[in-house]
Amino acid sequence: MFTPSENWDALSREERSEARFSSWMSTEDREFDTPEAEETYRRRAQRVKDIVALKKPDRVPVLPWIGGYFAEYAGFTPHDIMYDPQAYSEAWMTFNEDFKPDYLIFAGNANPGEAFETLDYKVYRWPGHGVNEQTSFQCIEDEYMRADEYDLLIADPERYYMSRYMPRAFGALEGLGMLPSVFTTMEMPIIPAYIIPIGLPGVRASFEALLKAGEQALAYNTAAMQSDAKLKATYGMPSLPGGVTKAPFDIIGDTLRGTRGIMLDLYRRPEKVLAACERLVPIAVQMGVETATAQDNPFVFIPLHKGADSFMSRDDFRKFYWPTFKAVILGLVEQGLVPYHLVEGAYNERLDIIRDPDIPAGTTYWSFDQTDMKAAKEALGGWACIAGNVPASMLHSGTPEQVEAYVKELIDTVGQDGGYAVSNGAVLEHAKPENLRAMLETTKSYGVYN
Amino acid sequence: MSEELISAITEMRETDALRIARDLLESGTPPLEVLDACREAMGIIGQRFEDGECFVPELIMAGEMLSQISEMAKPHLEEEEGEETAETLGTVVVGTVEGDIHDIGKDLVIFMLDVNGFEVIDLGVDVPPARFVDAVQDHGAEIVGLSGFLTLAYEPMKSTVEALQDAGLGDVQVMIGGGQVDEQVRTYTGADAYGRDAQAAVRLAKQWMGG
Repeated sequence: MFTPSENWDALSREERSEARFSSWMSTEDREFDTPEAEETYRRRAQRVKDIVALKKPDRVPVLPWIGGYFAEYAGFTPHDIMYDPQAYSEAWMTFNEDFKPDYLIFAGNANPGEAFETLDYKVYRWPGHGVNEQTSFQCIEDEYMRADEYDLLIADPERYYMSRYMPRAFGALEGLGMLPSVFTTMEMPIIPAYIIPIGLPGVRASFEALLKAGEQALAYNTAAMQSDAKLKATYGMPSLPGGVTKAPFDIIGDTLRGTRGIMLDLYRRPEKVLAACERLVPIAVQMGVETATAQDNPFVFIPLHKGADSFMSRDDFRKFYWPTFKAVILGLVEQGLVPYHLVEGAYNERLDIIRDPDIPAGTTYWSFDQTDMKAAKEALGGWACIAGNVPASMLHSGTPEQVEAYVKELIDTVGQDGGYAVSNGAVLEHAKPENLRAMLETTKSYGVYN
Repeated sequence: MSEELISAITEMRETDALRIARDLLESGTPPLEVLDACREAMGIIGQRFEDGECFVPELIMAGEMLSQISEMAKPHLEEEEGEETAETLGTVVVGTVEGDIHDIGKDLVIFMLDVNGFEVIDLGVDVPPARFVDAVQDHGAEIVGLSGFLTLAYEPMKSTVEALQDAGLGDVQVMIGGGQVDEQVRTYTGADAYGRDAQAAVRLAKQWMGG
């Protein structure tokens, strides 16, 4: 947990950023097995801090984006790691000990299957629950928010989630739809209006389900995270990124309206889409700040989905996606945080737009998948740090020689003057271990700066 | 009037397009003429998609207008006309491979193949190799399209290609597509070709059918 200083409000953006980085990099309150592990932790943290600041670190950092691959590598199924936290912990330990990446990369893998079953979660299917046990969790797009509900979302997003979204997204939480507004708690004679419905069987059942899911999730997490603590202590691996949030357009497009819903809305009710995106800006900023603060980490992970080249025109990106996405970036940067974008698909037609003069240089991080890296360096060089883009297909079915050549080419062309990290483009589910190893080893040996 | 309908559709004016289509049908314009105008509009949108002027919102909106107008035209179609099957360029079996449940990319491909004159058999998502084999045999399909969003689609794509070969359907052309599909994956799976988008699927299918 990061504790902002008492004079936080009076601090400049730079001072806030420095405070967050110092806290994250400090080894005082962290336990290490050896002085070497402590030193390694500091050096690794400094390395990524340097590239964000567009400086040359000691060498190019390497950040593999690992989805379910660590389980496959350690001989577990995606089902094992969602239902057996010991399996999760063991697989994560094995993977990180064998591959020795610079950081413990967050890729959303610690998901307690039992808790999701208790809640009867509808928005994803997961191994053994809608997809087979060998297959990772996947999102089911649907109109969890109806087209005529934009005004309700805009009026009060939190209440909308509680009373409309959650009862649809979780079969066991239908009772939450019967909860009155929390504002009924403002006077004694009105409070019964708030608490009486909680005694109704449907509402009660929802709270009981939440309670049970909470216990299950906590137990899972406590067991699953054992390896994280050990890896940090033994090998000095910092966690990256820390917090998480999303671009407003994706919040609506991914799990409220779905791709089909939001794309039709661009023609049928464009002003509602814009108003809802606007309304979600402070919420997205707050989510990023709170999660990063809780993790004592200066980075906020933002996966980017529906604004990619193949999804919409440049004009639509400029009109619908970028303004509120930019507002979220600025809100996070103002709080001393580094938005860490995972740019899924390609952003070749967006590079000149995202290099926005309002966003200060050296404050953001862009990890690319299929974007042309040379073009990205040309457009963003001297302004923001970039990472990427070893292809998932190459790691899966290419050769170590191919990977080595690809990584060297990246370091030679876009990594020469710092401000760059080697990463794979898309979150990895399957790979040949020798290919992933080639990505890590090549970076470690070839990526050393003089 | 048909020209007006084509402009309304290609300019994404949904309300106008529906009104013009209704007026045409109610004033006795042969329904097939209205549907031909729709088809022409879809061709224009497909071309714009290929030229990078149209994107997902436009394809989805065009599909939405087309299905509403088709619904509207149904009661006006004579029975024989309704039953009459237009000549197709070929039959394509399309599905998202086993273990993958994403459907947006697949549905865009199906829509574009359909408006370009192909008979499309949609097998849905999470389709095991044997169902592709059965569908190709049942419908005498010349082409199979395998969709998959994530890297988890690589193995099932390969298994499906193998299953088709094992069933003696090696002559059937197989195209693959999806977020993480490229030439490397094509080689790995043994598919005949891969495509980056829905228009690429149309291009490949036409090329294979000699069109």
